[in-house]
Amino acid sequence: MAKSDDIWILGIHMTKFGKHPDKDIVDLAAEAVKGALTDGGVTMKQMGVLAAGNLMGGGGVGQQLQKQVGQTGIPVYNVSNACATGATALRTAIMSVKAGESDFGLAVGVEKLAGAGLLGGGGRPKADKQVYEPKGRYGAVATVDGRVGTQTMPGVFAQIGMEYGHKYGGTSFELFAKISEKNHAHSTLNPLAAYTKKMSLEEIMNDVMIAYPNTRPMCSANCDGAAAAVVVNGATLKTLSKEQQRRAVKVSASVLTTDPYEEACQVLPDVNTLTQNAAAQAYEQAGIGPSDLNLVELHDCFATAELVHYDNLKLCETGGAVDFFNSGATWRDGKTPVNVSGGLESKGHPIAATGIANIWEVCHHLRGEAGDRQIAGAKVGLAHVIGLGSACGVHILESSAA
Amino acid sequence: MPGQIPLVDYLVLGDEPHLKAHECTSCGARFFDRRNACASCENTEFKDVAVATTGELRAFTIVSLAAPGIPVPFVAGVIDCDGTSVSGNVINTEPDPDHVKLGMKVKLATYPIGTDDDGTEAVAFGFEPI
Repeated sequence: MAKSDDIWILGIHMTKFGKHPDKDIVDLAAEAVKGALTDGGVTMKQMGVLAAGNLMGGGGVGQQLQKQVGQTGIPVYNVSNACATGATALRTAIMSVKAGESDFGLAVGVEKLAGAGLLGGGGRPKADKQVYEPKGRYGAVATVDGRVGTQTMPGVFAQIGMEYGHKYGGTSFELFAKISEKNHAHSTLNPLAAYTKKMSLEEIMNDVMIAYPNTRPMCSANCDGAAAAVVVNGATLKTLSKEQQRRAVKVSASVLTTDPYEEACQVLPDVNTLTQNAAAQAYEQAGIGPSDLNLVELHDCFATAELVHYDNLKLCETGGAVDFFNSGATWRDGKTPVNVSGGLESKGHPIAATGIANIWEVCHHLRGEAGDRQIAGAKVGLAHVIGLGSACGVHILESSAA
Repeated sequence: MPGQIPLVDYLVLGDEPHLKAHECTSCGARFFDRRNACASCENTEFKDVAVATTGELRAFTIVSLAAPGIPVPFVAGVIDCDGTSVSGNVINTEPDPDHVKLGMKVKLATYPIGTDDDGTEAVAFGFEPI
């Protein structure tokens, strides 16, 4: 079945997302790695490369992790790529296997973020004597965040959703809140989600406003967590047991893009073009189209972001994201279930873990192991992340029987 | 003698306050920050151009939670100034969705944000409804 140069996920694991006050990032990463190795029926000694993703931990998590789970001397790539860090780590391991430098590759993403609060904004420290002096690339004499627009994540992504509404119409505070209502409802079936409470539309709309139209439950949940995956090439997979081959999930496409120059992209980040490009490349690599997808995990860092990615990932017609959502297509019983895990808004968003955790979710369904939230008969799924700056990862996965 | 200083160096003060952009001499792409080269075409030559002071609000958010020291709520948005996109706050109107609408016409306005220990006044810009 497996072609020699195909790439497969052999083992994958995610920790419970939420608050882990008694664990440090190495504990969480070790738990994810041990879980992924056990899931794949392999050991650290077989791994040819380790890609370790972490954003806020200060660097070098890969080697710290090796000190706990196995110092085998293999190359470590410590990667950091905003919210696309996990996908970048996975892609790094995949590139090593694809290049023939390793038979097995290991990728992990880990973050401790519980209680981190608002990300993205910030001022400059006060000096004793204050004399205005132009600094930086904009020659600013004082903090610009809040005076020249906003750099806070909820505000940036609010504008991205509003911009879509301005272009195509049909958006409203209530519409964005309904997207959040869906993801919170989905999370009730996910025992590993940080939040598993169903929320009514009224509760969501009446919650604390962060950046209109995003209230608190419409924002991704800062939390702790880790996820890890073992990848293998097709030739090596053929030498493994029937059970390992049966549970292996094919990586039919693995793509990473950055934002190409577009007018205004340095004023408001353009999260659209690079996602459109990544999706187009991924569909071509995989030889499948959006209508073949049984489920999608996409980067709903805010409710306003989920809407635009329906369009960017071609799940709907251009400009048709509002109608597509209103049709019920993205609920778990709809045509193209989106974020059945609960998404970043409810499952949580431990930044560097997210880009592997979404692949774990898809793999779980493709293996038929998703329990109460199983999408029946799922054969093909897509996982998408985007990190501001920007970077976009898209992976298309297929079950071994597909 | 103390005078005024703009919050950012691309705000030009004086009788007719306006923003200036660094325009690529090759492809015409406009940027507000100090440049090493053009992100669109790699050219390294730029000329300063004045940006239209009126425009249309293309996207906005009303920020209720911000870093310490930033007064909330405020309206942040993207203004299409005759083809050049500008990031800025919408000012001199109530910061609520009844008063701020997508597509509304706005114009540049300036306001003082503080004075330093030498008496120099810093001046910021925003966009107010027309």
